[in-house]
Amino acid sequence: MKDVVIIGGGIVGCAIAMELSKYKVNTVVLEKNAEVGMEATKANSGIVHAGFDCALGSLKARFNVRGNQLFDQLAKDLSIPFRKNGAFVLAFSENDENRLQEIFDRGVANGVPHLEILKKEQILKMEPYLSQEVAYALHAPTSGITFGYEATLAFGELAALNGVDFHFETKVCGIAKIENGYEVKTNNGSFTSRVVINAAGTYSDEISNLINEKKYKIRPRKGEYLLLDTTAKYIVDKTVFQLPSKMGKGILVAPTFHDNILVGPSANDIEDKEDKSTDIETLQNNIKTARISIPEIPVHMVITSFSGLRATEATASDFVVEETHPGFINTVGINSPGLTAAPAIGEYIRDIVTERLQPDPNPDFIKNREGIKFLKGLSLDEQNALIKTNSKYGNIVCRCESITEGEVSAAINRPIGAKTMDGVKFRSRAGTGRCQGGFCTLKVLEILSKELEIDVSRITKFGKNSFILKYEGSQ
Amino acid sequence: MKKIDLIIIGGGPAGLSAAIKAREEGIQDILVVERNKILGGILNQCIHNGFGLHVFKEELTGPEYAHKLIERAKELQIPFLLETMVLDITPQKQVKLLSTNGVETIEARAIILAMGCRERPRGAINIPGDRPSGIFSAGTAQELVNMRGLKIGKTAVIVGSGDIGLIMARRLTLEGMDVKAVVELMPFSGGLRRNIAQCLDDFNIPLHLSHTVTKIVGKERLESIIIAAVDENRNPIPETERLIECDTLLFSVGLIPESELAKAAGVALDKRTNGAIVDNNLQTTVEGIFSCGNTLHVHDLVDDVTFEAYEAAVSAKKYLQNNTKSPTTVNVPVVVSGGVRYAVPQNITDISQELKLKFRVGAIYEGANVNVFFDNEQVYSKTKKILTPGEMEIVTLSADIIAKLQNVKEIRIDVK
Repeated sequence: MKDVVIIGGGIVGCAIAMELSKYKVNTVVLEKNAEVGMEATKANSGIVHAGFDCALGSLKARFNVRGNQLFDQLAKDLSIPFRKNGAFVLAFSENDENRLQEIFDRGVANGVPHLEILKKEQILKMEPYLSQEVAYALHAPTSGITFGYEATLAFGELAALNGVDFHFETKVCGIAKIENGYEVKTNNGSFTSRVVINAAGTYSDEISNLINEKKYKIRPRKGEYLLLDTTAKYIVDKTVFQLPSKMGKGILVAPTFHDNILVGPSANDIEDKEDKSTDIETLQNNIKTARISIPEIPVHMVITSFSGLRATEATASDFVVEETHPGFINTVGINSPGLTAAPAIGEYIRDIVTERLQPDPNPDFIKNREGIKFLKGLSLDEQNALIKTNSKYGNIVCRCESITEGEVSAAINRPIGAKTMDGVKFRSRAGTGRCQGGFCTLKVLEILSKELEIDVSRITKFGKNSFILKYEGSQ
Repeated sequence: MKKIDLIIIGGGPAGLSAAIKAREEGIQDILVVERNKILGGILNQCIHNGFGLHVFKEELTGPEYAHKLIERAKELQIPFLLETMVLDITPQKQVKLLSTNGVETIEARAIILAMGCRERPRGAINIPGDRPSGIFSAGTAQELVNMRGLKIGKTAVIVGSGDIGLIMARRLTLEGMDVKAVVELMPFSGGLRRNIAQCLDDFNIPLHLSHTVTKIVGKERLESIIIAAVDENRNPIPETERLIECDTLLFSVGLIPESELAKAAGVALDKRTNGAIVDNNLQTTVEGIFSCGNTLHVHDLVDDVTFEAYEAAVSAKKYLQNNTKSPTTVNVPVVVSGGVRYAVPQNITDISQELKLKFRVGAIYEGANVNVFFDNEQVYSKTKKILTPGEMEIVTLSADIIAKLQNVKEIRIDVK
C-alpha cells in the first residue's frame, strides 16, 4: 500500500509531490497524459501574480501572496526561469481611478507589498509604447514572469529525485474506500493508498465525483493567446493588465521569460474539456482589446496562437481545497492564479498529509534541481568548454532559438524525461521559434527515436494517437 | 583572429554558384559555411525535374543540379565547412561559427549572404482549430518523404498553391497517398503554370482557388478540415463551408528570406521582399556584404539564383580588388508603381554595366505594359501576354541606357 496517490501531474500535483518528498512518504503521481503539465498548465500566461485582485480572505488571496513569496527561493533552488518584471493595471479615465484605488486597497489588505498608483507621465516613462490615453496605473513590482511548464517540471523532477514515482498514460477510472485507505483503479492497474489527493485540474470534478456526495462541475474557461516573435519584445517589459471584469483579469500584454510577447487570454466558458481550439473572432478580439493598452501591437510578428482551459468550477468563486473524507483531499477549481498559488497549495496539503500520517522527515532530501544547460547565453569560453565535454552542443537543431542536440538530448534524459515532440519542445524550446518547427521537426524526431530506442513512426506529438508519421500499430 | 578574404554563408545553390564564380574570377581565399551534413541545400530534397534548363542547358533534378555545382566546386578546390552554423555576423564582418569543434570567430574582408529562405509557418496566418499531429509545412514533409523515405499519412490536403505545395501534391500522390485538394486563398495560384499542369491537372487533384481553411479538427491525429470559399475581402463565406476528411495537412503558404544574420550585421531590409536592400552590385547597405539567391528575394527558378550568385561573386571580386566600396557614381533609388509589388535591386550606384531589374507583380495581369522610367522619361516598354505573382520577371537595361542615369533622381518600374 502506498502512502499517497496524487491524481494529476500538472503544476498543482507536482507542487504537492515536491512538498511531500521532504518526508518519508511513499508517493505516486498518476498522470493520464504522456508528459507532465499538458493540460491547463502548459497554456498559461506564466505570470507569478502579486495577489492584488483576489477577494479578501479567500484561499486565492492567501495562496497567491504566499506563492509569490516562495517563488524567489524556488527559482534559485530549482533553476526555474523567473524575473520580477512588475505589473501595471491601467485605468483610462478619472472615473476608473476609484476602481484602481479599490484594487490597491484590496492588495494592501491581502498583504501585497510595494503597491503604488502612478500617474500618466510616470507610466509612459516606464513603458513608452503604452496608450497615450492612460490616466493612472496600479504598479505591482512583485509581479513576475516565469515559464509555467518549466516550473511544473522543476517541482516534478525534484519530487522524482526524492523518490516520488510518476506513472504516465495512467488514467483513473474509479476510486473505492477500503480499510485504512483507498483503492484507485486505472487503465494500468490498481493502486491502494492511505491518502488520495485529487489534483486533476479540469478533470478534478470527475475525480471528486467518483467518491464524494457533493458533486462538482468544472466548466472550463477557455483562454486563447497569440504569441509574438522575440523581435516584438520592445513594446513592453511589464505585465500590462486592464481593469478586471467578473470573467477574470482580462486581456494582458506581457513579455514571456523567453522574450516573446503574449497577447491574451480571452475568457469563454465552454463545455468540452478537450476543446483547445482557437478561433479567428476571439483572436482578433484579443488584439483589439490589447490595442487599448498598447495601440501598436505588431500583428505581423504573430508566430502562433494557442489556447488553454482554466479549471473553473461552475459555482465556486474560490479555490476548493478540502479533506472530504479522512485521507481524501480535493483541489477543485484551481484556475487563475493557480500557477502562482501552486507552491503554497503544496505546503498547505503537505501539512494536512503529515498531520494524518505523521511521517519522519526525509533525511536524504535533495534540495536542488539543475535545469537543462543551454548553450545560448553562455560566454564564449563556457560555450567552448561545454562543446568540448559534450560535442552534441555543437550540433544546431533549432536555428531560430539556437538550440542544439545537447539541449534536446538533455530534455529526453532527465529525472522526468521528454517522450514526445511537445515534451521536447516545452523543455528545450526547440520548435518554439519563428519557423515553428519547420527546420527541426525531422531532427527532433530522429533524436527522440535514437534516445528512446523506438522507431520514428511511433513518436507522437503528445502521446495517445498523435503520431507524427503514418503509424498502423502492431496489428 | 583568423582572416579570410571571402566568406560565403550557405552551401546551397546560391552559395555554391557564388563560390564557383568567385574562384573563377580569381579569388583564392574563400570559405563556404554550410550548416547541413552535405552541400546542395534545398536542392537535395527537390527530387523532381525542371532544373538547369538555363544554366546547364539540360533538364535536371534538384540533386543532379546540386551535384554539378558540388563537382565544379571540388574541382576548383574551394574550401567548405559542413555542419557549421553561423551564429552571428557583426557589421565589421566578424563571423561567429558553431560546430562540434566549438565556437570560432573569423574575420572576412567580404561576405556573400546565401542562406536561402524558410517557410512561413501555420501560426503566422493563424488558421484556427485544434492542434493535432499530422500538420506539416510542405518543405518539412518533402524532407521527411524524400530525404528519409518516411510515410507521413494516408490522405492529405495542401494549403497554398506555391510551387512546393504543387510539387508535394504530386509527390504524395506518387507515394500512394490520396491528395484530396489544394486550397488557395488567392484567386490565382502562387506557383508556376507548368507546375499546375504537371502536378495537379495530370493527377486530377482539384485546386480550390479563393478558398481557405476555416477549421482544423482532430484531438490527437488530424481527422478533418473545414474549408470555405472567401469573398473579395478574403473573408470566409459561412454557407460555403464543407468538411474534408484527411489525416495530413500541408502548409505551403509562402517563403520568407532568411534575414536574421543580415539583420545582425546591420544590413537594412526591404519590407516588401523581407530580404536585404541592395544596389546593382548586389551590395547591401553594409560595405563588403553582398546578398544573392533566396535570402535576397524568393526566386522561382534555381537557374536565376545561380545567375544572381554569379553577379554577387563578380561584385565581391571588384570590392576585394579595389579594397573599398564599389565605385559609386550615382545613387538612384528604384521605385515601383502600378501592379509591381517589388523590384530588386533597390538602388543603382554603378552605371558602368547593364542592369537586370527583377520584379514581381501583386496580381494577375493580361496584356499589360511593363514600363521603366528614368524620372519622367520612358526608357523601356514591353507588352506581356501574362504576368502572375508566381513568376518573377526580369527587365534587362543595356549599359548604354544605364549610362544615361547620371542626372536621374529615380528609376520607376510600372505595370499597367
